[in-house]
Amino acid sequence: MRGQDRLRLGLTQRSTALGAALAGLIVFACGALSQDAAPIQIVPRVTGEAAPMSEVPVPALARPVVDDVRRMRNYPEQPPIIPHAIDGYQLTVNTNRCLDCHKREFTEGSGAPMISITHFQDRDGQVLSDVTPRRYFCTACHVQQTDARPLVPNLFQDANDIGPKP
Amino acid sequence: MTLSRRELLKVQAAGIAAAAANMAEPAIAQPVSGGVEALQITWSKAPCRFCGTGCGVMVGVKSGKVVATHGDMKADVNRGLNCVKGYFLSKIMYGADRLTQPLLRKKDGVYAKDGEFTPVSWDEAFDTMAAQAKRVLKEKGPTALGMFGSGQWTIFEGYAATKLMRAGFRSNNLDPNARHCMASAAYAFMRTFGMDEPMGCYDDFEATDAFVLWGSNMAEMHPILWTRVADRRLGYPHVKVAVLSTFTNRSADLADIPIVFKPGTDLAILNYIANHIITTGRVNTDFVDKHTTFLRGATEIGYGLRPDDPREVAARKAEDPAATTPIDFEAYAAFVRDYTLDKVSELTGVEPGFLEQLAELYADPKRKVVSLWTMGFNQHVRGVWANQLVYNLHLLTGKISEPGNSPFSLTGQPSACGTAREVGTFAHRLPADMTVVNPEHRKHAEEIWRVPAGIIPEKPGYHAVEQDRMLKDGKLNFYWIQVNNNLQAAPNDSNETYPGYRNPDNFIVVSDAYPTVTALAADLILPAAMWVEKEGAYGNAERRTHVWHQLVKAPGEARSDLWQLMEFSKRFTTDEVWPAEILDANPNYRGLTLFDVLFKNGHVDRFPLSDMDPAYDNAESADFGFYVHKGLFEEYASFGRGHGHDLGPYDLYHEVRGLRWPVVDGKETLWRYREGLDPYVKPGKGIEFYGNKDGKARILAVPYEPPAESPDEEYDVWLVTGRVLEHWHSGSMTMRVPELYKAFPGARCFMNAEDARKRGINQGAEIRVISRRGEIRTRVETRGRNRMPPGVVFVPWFDASQLINKATLDATDPISKQTDFKKCAVKIVSV
Repeated sequence: MRGQDRLRLGLTQRSTALGAALAGLIVFACGALSQDAAPIQIVPRVTGEAAPMSEVPVPALARPVVDDVRRMRNYPEQPPIIPHAIDGYQLTVNTNRCLDCHKREFTEGSGAPMISITHFQDRDGQVLSDVTPRRYFCTACHVQQTDARPLVPNLFQDANDIGPKP
Repeated sequence: MTLSRRELLKVQAAGIAAAAANMAEPAIAQPVSGGVEALQITWSKAPCRFCGTGCGVMVGVKSGKVVATHGDMKADVNRGLNCVKGYFLSKIMYGADRLTQPLLRKKDGVYAKDGEFTPVSWDEAFDTMAAQAKRVLKEKGPTALGMFGSGQWTIFEGYAATKLMRAGFRSNNLDPNARHCMASAAYAFMRTFGMDEPMGCYDDFEATDAFVLWGSNMAEMHPILWTRVADRRLGYPHVKVAVLSTFTNRSADLADIPIVFKPGTDLAILNYIANHIITTGRVNTDFVDKHTTFLRGATEIGYGLRPDDPREVAARKAEDPAATTPIDFEAYAAFVRDYTLDKVSELTGVEPGFLEQLAELYADPKRKVVSLWTMGFNQHVRGVWANQLVYNLHLLTGKISEPGNSPFSLTGQPSACGTAREVGTFAHRLPADMTVVNPEHRKHAEEIWRVPAGIIPEKPGYHAVEQDRMLKDGKLNFYWIQVNNNLQAAPNDSNETYPGYRNPDNFIVVSDAYPTVTALAADLILPAAMWVEKEGAYGNAERRTHVWHQLVKAPGEARSDLWQLMEFSKRFTTDEVWPAEILDANPNYRGLTLFDVLFKNGHVDRFPLSDMDPAYDNAESADFGFYVHKGLFEEYASFGRGHGHDLGPYDLYHEVRGLRWPVVDGKETLWRYREGLDPYVKPGKGIEFYGNKDGKARILAVPYEPPAESPDEEYDVWLVTGRVLEHWHSGSMTMRVPELYKAFPGARCFMNAEDARKRGINQGAEIRVISRRGEIRTRVETRGRNRMPPGVVFVPWFDASQLINKATLDATDPISKQTDFKKCAVKIVSV
């Protein structure tokens, strides 16, 4: 069953968070050092190459993260990311492979999280007996992650890390 | 201490949460540490920053930072839903490399074209910029001054820009990047209905029996509208969905009628359907007789390339590509008679059975049908034709202007309609569908703007692609780019765009929030405030005008585009920019700054700061001393009120989740041109296409014509460019959101597996995509969301390290001047 190893979850999360923080620090340190000389960091995938319009080697395609470990959400409304492989999952007018595990009736057997209760509400907020058709295509909101490292740090802050403190 | 099993689980869970957040672990999870204030988030409404759908989002702010966003339950567009991009709006402003100070290329302490970017003050930035603009004005006059704006501009920004350019600098060289995006749609609306923008709205989706996607991949590009399509299709089994595209995409997953056609042949399919409607006797003759007239369009109209391009020279060209001549129904029927099922099936590569099923969706009088399209039609060398050919189908059957029957042109940018089209930031347009070539329109605009007669120049300026050509050729020398990344977006950019930016005669200014490819090719970069860092207004694809408050402060010295435009206008006096004869005739304008004339003119500045909601900051108004946004909006709204473009009073928009114009007596209009639904239709008329003087819509006879460039022996595959779900615009925001980046990290070339195998290329291998104009290196994807037919590859353009527009062709629709980004010939070679 997916997502059962709670202890591993904590450890993995801690190490990836630390890794990301360190990576961010390194970029920042470089940025700070060279601030006077070059106020803009060249990060080819967002700024283009230092030599404009040039062709550059392309890194190998990043691999999807399929460790089955749940990730903390940035805020409660964030759609959880998909931490497992979805290769070949059919998600069509005829069938929805995601619901084979995440549908209310199947979660006991699969151990997968049940789709959120919001997913039962129609456009008028009325609760239906099953997933609302407008929420049928899961991948509009839920995406996989790859092992690609973020290009530039993001300074978004968790709501609980700012503001009035006890 | 003894703990029950339940308590133990709770402690464990808190520990995991703490570890995940990389926090020190408290002994036990505190219930409400810090009291309820520590939990509170201030929520305000705003439209999403991304696509033209115009979803409402609730934005949560805590201690001056956006900490969360979610779909607005009260917004009719999306009723609580967002797509993955919308859910991550909270992070778009917090990329660590935000631009926070002006940067000027300098050498030895002074501006130099070949200098290094150096932080400067706003004063130095504007002084340098003004000196350059004045130099160019003196040397060559206003036609050498230009600006490239955006469908991401707020309405205020676009309005201030059009005023400053046309009435201030007296230049019509103002065009939005929306030219690349929906100019074809806009021209087709004007040519068919005499009035821009859809007659229907999204409410059509819940009322229809069939959806036809013409080249649009809504599942990825308009995901929330797709939820409404899915809701209808899955909830009501009689509903049918047809998806037409040049490759199989995620939208096809919902299709009852999936159609993959050869690039460019959609024109033939459209004419076949018209022929089918006629030959099976399903023309709604009553509607056609009363409400339409027929025209034949000029043919063989060329490809909008540079005049000396061999393809352009070879094309036998009509003198006026937009010319039409009146015909009657019989002539039209005879014209489309050539488009038989067999012939069209052969040309398009589509199974006849699917074509017939598709045609029946339109022909069957019992079935309501919504047609949807975006870039597939618009980015097309015959884009205006494609748009008009689909209107033909709805007009022949009378399936228009009522709930569920709707030809619906979707937009890509959040304010493509609101700013680019309604405000009129195209090189030839003025607000409310007026144009600079019409003397009455210019006069009306000059009156509303309170500027002397004769100020607005009558010749349309350079359109987007032409601006690049003129920069390269040295005819356009001062150029200001706001809210767009044109060096990444423009076609054939290494040959036609980049050289102009680096042309030593030219001074290039880029206002942006992040360092983009375009910003790095500029001479001066101005740091911009974005989205909820300013008060704003967008207009979505269904005529909905949606206003938001400033919710947080912009970082460092970043300032909104609006502030930049208005502040810059202070550096020019009328004596410097207006001709002596106009000033002689209007001496009261002498010595005034453009700021005095255009903004602090006793009209725009008539609303005091006390009119603002004290709960929100407003950086521009605080700086200029009056409620800037309300003043600009109310002046702008006076163009359209009483003319079918009515906007409501400004303050109302802060209360509602947008309103669809025309807003008459405080009520929005969902469907136009039909009595009882549209207050502008005269009683007894039933239907009235009042944009045209005769009240009738036009049905246009035009043929299939081939694309500008097709694959041959050497360049043997079609290149189609486009987008992916996770990234929007040029990726400058979404690529800086870790979750979106990691979901789709970098562009790749989607390719048919057999095509790859034939070239000895494996999944994931590095390749070159090479056209006659340029090349990129990328990786091959033979799996995944897009399933390519043989001979067609797809490369998205959001990745600044893989500038696919080096390969695309700068061929445009000769009527709309919009580029065809969907069709050119390339070869694929392994690295």
